[in-house]
Amino acid sequence: MSRFEYAPAPESRAIADIKSSYGLFVNGAFVEATAGKSFKTVSPASEEVLAEVAEAGPADIDKAVRAARKAFDKVWGPMAGRDRAKYLFRIARLIQERSRELAVLESLDNGKPIRESRDVDLPLVAAHFFYYAGWADKLEYAGAGQNPRPIGVAGQVIPWNFPLLMLAWKIAPALAAGNTVVLKPAETTPLTALAFAEICQQADLPPGVVNIVTGAGRTGQALVEHEGVDKVAFTGSTAVGRAIAKSVAGTQKKVTLELGGKAANIVFEDAPIDQTVEGIVNGIFFNQGHVCCAGSRLLVQESVYDEVLARLKRRMGTLRVGDPLDKNTDVGAINSPQQLAKIRELSQVGEDEGAERWSPECELPQQGYWFPPTVFTGVSQAHRIAREEIFGPVLSVLTFRTPQEAVEKANNTPFGLSAGVWTDKGSRILWMANQLRAGVVWANTFNRFDPASPFGGYKESGYGREGGRHGLEAYLAQ
Amino acid sequence: MPSKDSSTRLDVRKTYKLYVGGAFPRSESGRTYLVHDSRGRFVANASQASRKDARDAVVAARKAFGGWSARTAYNRGQVLYRIAEVMEGRHDQFSAEVAAAEGLSVAKARPLVDAAIDRWVWYAGWADKLAQVVGSSNPVAGPYFDFSVPEATGVVALLAPQDSSLLGLTSVLAPAIVSGNTAVVVSSFARPVPAITLGEVMATSDVPGGVVNILTGSASEIGPWLASHQDVNAIDLCGIESADEARELEAAAAENLKRVRRPVAEDWFASPGLSRLTQYLETKTVWHPIGL
Repeated sequence: MSRFEYAPAPESRAIADIKSSYGLFVNGAFVEATAGKSFKTVSPASEEVLAEVAEAGPADIDKAVRAARKAFDKVWGPMAGRDRAKYLFRIARLIQERSRELAVLESLDNGKPIRESRDVDLPLVAAHFFYYAGWADKLEYAGAGQNPRPIGVAGQVIPWNFPLLMLAWKIAPALAAGNTVVLKPAETTPLTALAFAEICQQADLPPGVVNIVTGAGRTGQALVEHEGVDKVAFTGSTAVGRAIAKSVAGTQKKVTLELGGKAANIVFEDAPIDQTVEGIVNGIFFNQGHVCCAGSRLLVQESVYDEVLARLKRRMGTLRVGDPLDKNTDVGAINSPQQLAKIRELSQVGEDEGAERWSPECELPQQGYWFPPTVFTGVSQAHRIAREEIFGPVLSVLTFRTPQEAVEKANNTPFGLSAGVWTDKGSRILWMANQLRAGVVWANTFNRFDPASPFGGYKESGYGREGGRHGLEAYLAQ
Repeated sequence: MPSKDSSTRLDVRKTYKLYVGGAFPRSESGRTYLVHDSRGRFVANASQASRKDARDAVVAARKAFGGWSARTAYNRGQVLYRIAEVMEGRHDQFSAEVAAAEGLSVAKARPLVDAAIDRWVWYAGWADKLAQVVGSSNPVAGPYFDFSVPEATGVVALLAPQDSSLLGLTSVLAPAIVSGNTAVVVSSFARPVPAITLGEVMATSDVPGGVVNILTGSASEIGPWLASHQDVNAIDLCGIESADEARELEAAAAENLKRVRRPVAEDWFASPGLSRLTQYLETKTVWHPIGL
């Protein structure tokens, strides 16, 4: 039982109008899949079937890529940048107008708390379109050579953890640079992407500029491997990223990959402990830990280990796990039974390998897929829970004595997406930021995102950057 | 045999070796291969690097990475300029070697050497400007200060062009190391001599041992070991002439998600632009709250 009792404060789901079935969005219209196949998307919090969604096969991918090519050649590529900008501004405004509906839809389909979809995802989604709208008529100032031009048709595959936000990260810079897109959302979270297709219609976006094809891994593979695709952008697991990098070998396709992570969140003895504990919680329990840059390895300086752990456990005891549509919920549902099984398996491995597991007392709902906020102590660098991405609300705690040791442990991973540093000493922050081999370093904060800010990984966390001028460059040919 | 003429001096010939970790070892395999000039005359027995040599070179490059990337940009610029200075002093030697390797007259080879030296000077000037051009302070919507800086990606494997023995080699090497990466280079197979001399220049130009490692030998033979090496962060496939081979190497490089530069037709005299510089960079974004 949590420390504080709150009455339920559910957000109404009446605002989200979910159709019983959805087609593919190709060339400006919703169409049936050629093979007539479909799959169901369910609410992970209740296991209720939300809608039936068309499964795109190779023939559908082909149609979508052709539509995108035609739109690129005839309309979007030749269009003046200032007009592309206006379309993107229109889309940004439409997202703001419908943000409440989109937030509810996102929480229903993904399982994330409405507090996060409403206050984090949706404002960022709109902000990404606003940010890149402003680049569309300024490409010659983007530092991508003297004659920047779009690459062509972009095939984009996005994950289920931030469905609409990842769509915005992919589509906004691609369109601003003059490319057209075929985007495949994740099979467990297609609904907001389909709502976005309606927004494209409302904005009178020319047909074929944005195409949304739903399906699972095979659909994504057909898209990535389609000959008519000039640029592949993928966010997801390192294993799939590796397969994509192999499949585009020897082609002319350009690729950017945003893959897994195993971020170190490093706490020094002089850190402001209250803020640090909030940052640790935000770092690993935000979005149920379904975050590639989650701070899943906590490195605490030995001298403050007991205090940090005691306060962390106390804070974890106040986290409310449950109905994603309840405005008081901190931790929502695990996105799918497959993901839940993976989290359970790796947690079991953690115990089997000798780490100590702890979760606050909390009652999990009977229906749906749930995992309590969990912390492992006594973790060594060799443990699988310290090396593999769990992608769930599971934190592994290690210790260190000196800054050098912290750096060595933090960098001892094949990943390099993000890192956190907590200390009051400015010179140490800058020294640590220099030493850490990671694409994002949060000092005295964690899990911050902004469209003006480049994001992406070192090493096996992928290549390329999204956000900012760097993110635009990924869609321009030099 | 009696000397024909006491005024004719018998020249001292050079044994051509690899350049790894600041030293000049023979190939551990003991192999050498015949190098001929463009008219088919014997020039040298060049060391034929093995996969073990490639791995030793990667170890040396990794060891040198921390120190080289931590140097100030100003200092790296000075070192690159020093390379140009030392090359200038060997201009005649390079001209003769490039002429022999590429089948040109010395007069035609001289502009190639000029361009190679000038390229080191051009890249030297980039060392302390790169961060200002591709880095940024980002106007985020919230009480945070957030900036992005470019950083070297690590150990870069360069399969140097097969045709352009010095200018091409310089054009792929200089942009990789100026930002703080360390390099393992496989020279042109048929035209290795200017690369060997460039190694001697490296050894005498304040370039720390291990920053540049030059292997003479076959890119097709060594390339797969570098492409699949888990401690190499990026690879330039420039010297791979077969599309099938390039595809295989790119696929092998995917295993640890190396940054890959595919082979494309290049004009080595053209202004290089920034793409080779940015190819081997990571962008690091650092956030900090603002408040009292």
